[in-house]
Amino acid sequence: MNRTLKLSAQNLPQLFTALKSKGYTLIAPVVQDGTIAYDKAESSDDLPVGWTDEQSPATYRLSKENRGRYFGFHTAPQSWKRFLYPPERSLFRLKRNGKSVEFQKDPNEQTNYAFIGVRPCELSAILVQDLVFDSEKYGDDDYKLRRKDLFIVAVNCTDSAEDCFCSSLKTGPKAKGNYDLALTEIVAKGEHYFVVETGSETGEAIISQTHSSEATEQEINEAAKLVRHAENKMKKSVDISDLPKLLSNNLEHPHWDNVAKRCLSCGNCTMVCPTCFCSTVEDITDLSGDEAERVQRWDSCFTMDFSKVAGGNFRITPKSRYRQWLTHKFSSWVDQFGVFGCVGCGRCITWCPVGIDITAEIGSLRGEPNS
Amino acid sequence: MEPQDLTQSLHKHPFLSDMDDDLVKTLTSCASNVVFQEGTRLFHEGEDAKLFFLIRSGKVALELQAGEKGAIKVQTVGPGEVLGWSWLISPYIWHFDALALEQVHAFSIDASCLRTKCETDNHFGYEMLRRFSAVLERRLDATRLQLLDMYGVYMQDGGKRMDSETGKAKNEMEQI
Amino acid sequence: MIENPAASFEASAMIPSFAEIRRVVWETDDTFTLLIAPPHNDGKGFSFTPGQFNMVYAFGIGESAISISSDPAKPNMLAHTIHRVGTVTSALSKVRRGDLIGIRGPYGRAWPLEEAVGKDVCIAAGGIGLAPLRPVIYSLVTRREEFGRVIILYGARSPLDLLYRVELEEWSKLPNTEVIITVDRGDSTWKGHIGVVTSLFSYIKMDSRETIAMVCGPEVMMKFTVEELQRRGLTPEQIYISMERNMKCGVGLCGHCQFGPKFICKDGPVFRLPEVNHLLEKKEI
Repeated sequence: MNRTLKLSAQNLPQLFTALKSKGYTLIAPVVQDGTIAYDKAESSDDLPVGWTDEQSPATYRLSKENRGRYFGFHTAPQSWKRFLYPPERSLFRLKRNGKSVEFQKDPNEQTNYAFIGVRPCELSAILVQDLVFDSEKYGDDDYKLRRKDLFIVAVNCTDSAEDCFCSSLKTGPKAKGNYDLALTEIVAKGEHYFVVETGSETGEAIISQTHSSEATEQEINEAAKLVRHAENKMKKSVDISDLPKLLSNNLEHPHWDNVAKRCLSCGNCTMVCPTCFCSTVEDITDLSGDEAERVQRWDSCFTMDFSKVAGGNFRITPKSRYRQWLTHKFSSWVDQFGVFGCVGCGRCITWCPVGIDITAEIGSLRGEPNS
Repeated sequence: MEPQDLTQSLHKHPFLSDMDDDLVKTLTSCASNVVFQEGTRLFHEGEDAKLFFLIRSGKVALELQAGEKGAIKVQTVGPGEVLGWSWLISPYIWHFDALALEQVHAFSIDASCLRTKCETDNHFGYEMLRRFSAVLERRLDATRLQLLDMYGVYMQDGGKRMDSETGKAKNEMEQI
Repeated sequence: MIENPAASFEASAMIPSFAEIRRVVWETDDTFTLLIAPPHNDGKGFSFTPGQFNMVYAFGIGESAISISSDPAKPNMLAHTIHRVGTVTSALSKVRRGDLIGIRGPYGRAWPLEEAVGKDVCIAAGGIGLAPLRPVIYSLVTRREEFGRVIILYGARSPLDLLYRVELEEWSKLPNTEVIITVDRGDSTWKGHIGVVTSLFSYIKMDSRETIAMVCGPEVMMKFTVEELQRRGLTPEQIYISMERNMKCGVGLCGHCQFGPKFICKDGPVFRLPEVNHLLEKKEI
């Protein structure tokens, strides 16, 4: 039975303590390198209180906000993906001894993360990656281990950034399940508190170790009002009706040339995207040639090497590579996994050095004016 | 072979299979049956193109005399195919040698007989031209594909063969 | 003693099993076949279906996706015919009898052998494309009476680049079986066809309603061959091709082998033509 509770802001540290006492490694938003990033945290003191981010195409800036909110920002540059699916990891090590080969596999570094502050779009992204990595037939065992014990504290959005478009993809601004706890932060009428929804037994067990009480209807309404505000504020949108077909029928639309003129093929979008999953492997050997290691790394479909084969390269032009990325997100992904690959978080727009707006590009492909 | 039988046989050749009966008869008057033994030349580069051939069985190689490189076989023509169109285009001179790689049975068509027929009966002439254009188109496509050298490691830029895995030019890789 | 503890790890798909090289056969000056003992010593051999591939690992250098070229009915002798074009395949070209290489697989979708039962089969191969087709030819030979006419059309760069010449000769002697070979450029001793493999269709008669075609070779060769087959009356549903893309994992997780929505490693490499036809005609997919 899921409950809706109220946790005052001054009791937020108790949530952190409860999780730590259960042995979780806490990952939360922290101010870092001029951004708000998701990284290891010890207590609620590490949260970016009073900070917010201003995001728009090709622009990201931290600034102070005057309401003292813990989660007053929008999205971190990188997503939670880098904890569940690390940018680099050793798959195995081998030692060759004449005729025999010995294996060594590093034990998983971490299997008991607690993510505190997961935006609904980011939560959807985790579910999207689950379909890739956690599937029966071809899954990734390391991912499965990390995912199994993951504790998720989602944070509903009470404000949206200029680049957000989660409502078009129906992934936010409110989390609809698949979390252990979901918080909505309210600063109103001199009070600072969280409306907390439980989503699992584990969540229930953790929140019961804090001083929380039943939320009143008024408090629940206040939370709903703020979420609606976030939704109404969103300016960008994508019309997803029949989008997969539209894209696969327009692989030679003249607009691709238009984007190609601007796209630098830098791959930033793939690095910040919470659902991109392409990887490469590197095989390394020592001087003797008897010890070898295989390392897996994130890769990007924008690199020149991505589509190389013995006879040449299938995607030479930046146009073909941008098209691959966009059509994968909004068309092929649906064929492959039954869902869109995009969750509307808008990071790719913020972090594109030339501010290419994926929602505008889709609009142009649809033939919409003013795109 | 009786003219009637010749007409019937000609009509069975893929080049003429969907041609009107009376047009095939027109062609028959210029046609005869020929056999070439293995190793003989059907024609030489530079000779007058007095004939063309509809191959019935066996393989013919088109050869170019390439100076210091000797004789190079560039393409073979086999059963059901047409050999030679230089008879169509003035000054009616062969551009290749044609060498029978094995025993070859063919219909040979006299070129000046055929040219006369095409002049006097334009409908017949158009039919012949239409068919030859189709043959030329197919041969050109095939030749272009042959030129691609598609089984090699094909590079578009500058022709330097690159190692696909290291990105280095092939001769550099050999040094590793 | 080769340790293959893959079973003792949480079945990570990325760990190869090691297998011993029994023999190396050079087919041409840049293509060689590795004859390999099955990686697991359980007596069952290496089981696969024709058209599948393995990720073959050269110790410390890397992996390459290579189709399996052996006879599925002989699981105790695994074979890979490999074209030496890059770092990994060059490393593989230097192995000797007794050396170990890594094998991960088999992966991928197979040629439609059962679909072809009772029908004529037309096999069109270009260059190294004959290697992924050899297992299905072996199966056709072993079960010859179950199939109608078998036509094998094979094109290579030059006479010196022809693979499996002895076997091609043997197959041509089978009943109701035709083998026609061509090269793009001949040499002074070559008395066979010279021209692209698509030109060989002029020399055969196919019953278009009863034929299943299996095509493998460079993409441009497959495109032209598929056009030619359709010009001769085959419907797209009767035509199968085997595609190739860059592969890093072989199990649909690295994203490299995507061709439109298809992962070549798990949705292919064999495709029925209607599944990929619309993508083949587009550039840079």
